Amino acid sequence: MICSECKVNQATVHVTKIINGKKTEMHLCEECAKKYTGFSPGFSIQNIMSGFLTDYSKSDISSIQCRQCGMTYDEFKQNGKFGCSECYKAFGKKINPVIRNIHGHDRHIGKLPSRAGKALINQRAIQTMKSKLKEAIDSEAYEKAAELRDQIRKMESDLEEGEK
Amino acid sequence: MISWLKEEGKDRDVVVSSRIRLARNFEKYNFPVKISIEEGQSVFNEMAAVIDKSHYAIFKTKDIPKIEKEMLVEKHVISPALLGHSDISGFALSQDETETIMINEEDHLRIQVLHSGLSLNEVWHKINQIDDRIEKNVQYAFDEQLGYLTSCPTNTGTGMRASVMLHLPALEITKQINKVLSTVAQFGLAVRGVYGEGSKTMGSLYQISNQVTLGDTEETIIKKIENITRQIAEKEKNIRNSLMEKNKLEFEDKVFRAYGVLKNARMISTEEAVRLISYLKLGISMDVLKGNTINEMDKLFIEIQPASLQFINRLEMSDIERDIKRAETIRNKLI
Repeated sequence: MICSECKVNQATVHVTKIINGKKTEMHLCEECAKKYTGFSPGFSIQNIMSGFLTDYSKSDISSIQCRQCGMTYDEFKQNGKFGCSECYKAFGKKINPVIRNIHGHDRHIGKLPSRAGKALINQRAIQTMKSKLKEAIDSEAYEKAAELRDQIRKMESDLEEGEK
Repeated sequence: MISWLKEEGKDRDVVVSSRIRLARNFEKYNFPVKISIEEGQSVFNEMAAVIDKSHYAIFKTKDIPKIEKEMLVEKHVISPALLGHSDISGFALSQDETETIMINEEDHLRIQVLHSGLSLNEVWHKINQIDDRIEKNVQYAFDEQLGYLTSCPTNTGTGMRASVMLHLPALEITKQINKVLSTVAQFGLAVRGVYGEGSKTMGSLYQISNQVTLGDTEETIIKKIENITRQIAEKEKNIRNSLMEKNKLEFEDKVFRAYGVLKNARMISTEEAVRLISYLKLGISMDVLKGNTINEMDKLFIEIQPASLQFINRLEMSDIERDIKRAETIRNKLI
């Protein structure tokens, strides 16, 4: 549906007025809705998210800037979108609680990319081996435990090599 | 013309489609919000260089005529947001239209796989492989703690949005839909009407998708959506049956009236057509109507949308001309 005011944009705001029992309907785009009704829908995920963000506009924090892409905290608060992957670090302290609010978690446990997550994949593999080792010791399977211990040692030294 | 829609897939009479979308970014470039035109073009060119040309056709958004772009959105093959950055955006589309790699949408890459019916597992399997293949050539932006980094923090972590599109007319007729939907929301899943604006849904179509992308594995999220979808599908089918049992005549009357209008109308709006096709689908699923299939009706549903209608007929049309052409298209399709 096209906005009934500007007749250009898609109408996304639908206003029904009932005055003295007489009903009128308006179909407006967001711009015209702001202009004619003073009503801004703005109940998007970005708007909600920026509601979680502290308003630092009167302090120095508002001018924190990402060195990589130049995005400021204020700019992020307005759009709810980061400019680059470095922004996550630049605004880290301010953003992490927000991320926890959105997701209810703060740690990724899903898929790991084989390149960017190589070290992490190995670390997770070592963790799994260590819990197997513990199981082996608990069940007194010492021969298997020794085998696992050697494998873990090798994996750990490989990982250190890789990091050098 | 809508090749991804097929007759196959689990619970096909309720579940129209299953879709997964992965958001991925190159580590070395700013996200599309902050990218320069030159670097944006580099993202496109680097992707174009590594994409298997025997499997995908690759396009720049700006090279495609307006109606064709809108038609692709109506088919759910590309997202409306892709049209927003048309100076640097583009997409690769597989021949069967089930796979799209959108370039420079909100993120550098939005990989999408789309199948008919309830098939999230197969879709995940396929998209996971596509993602692995791309990663062989691209260093992704990834953080040990936060996972795949995305432009909007609501997507970070898995970067995955999995969704199903459901046709739930019986739950709507019996006014149980809101109860079902609010239960779904309690499981951390988002529900919305696919067509129509605000609270008015069109064609009884609903989309269920995951909200949270951080802190669960992809498999857990998919299992949850599959499980809930199966339960909703079963409930919908039970109510369809009981509607038939309790008042067969009224049920048949609704379906045949819808058929009567669609088979004879000379002008019809999208809204009316979509509402009535929904009844036809209900009738077909209960064997009240026998000529057409559910899949044909799902295709018709897309073919009568404004841009698709104009694209198929290779003609720019006014509103009234569209209403006439829409009625004709439907009449010809119905057996």
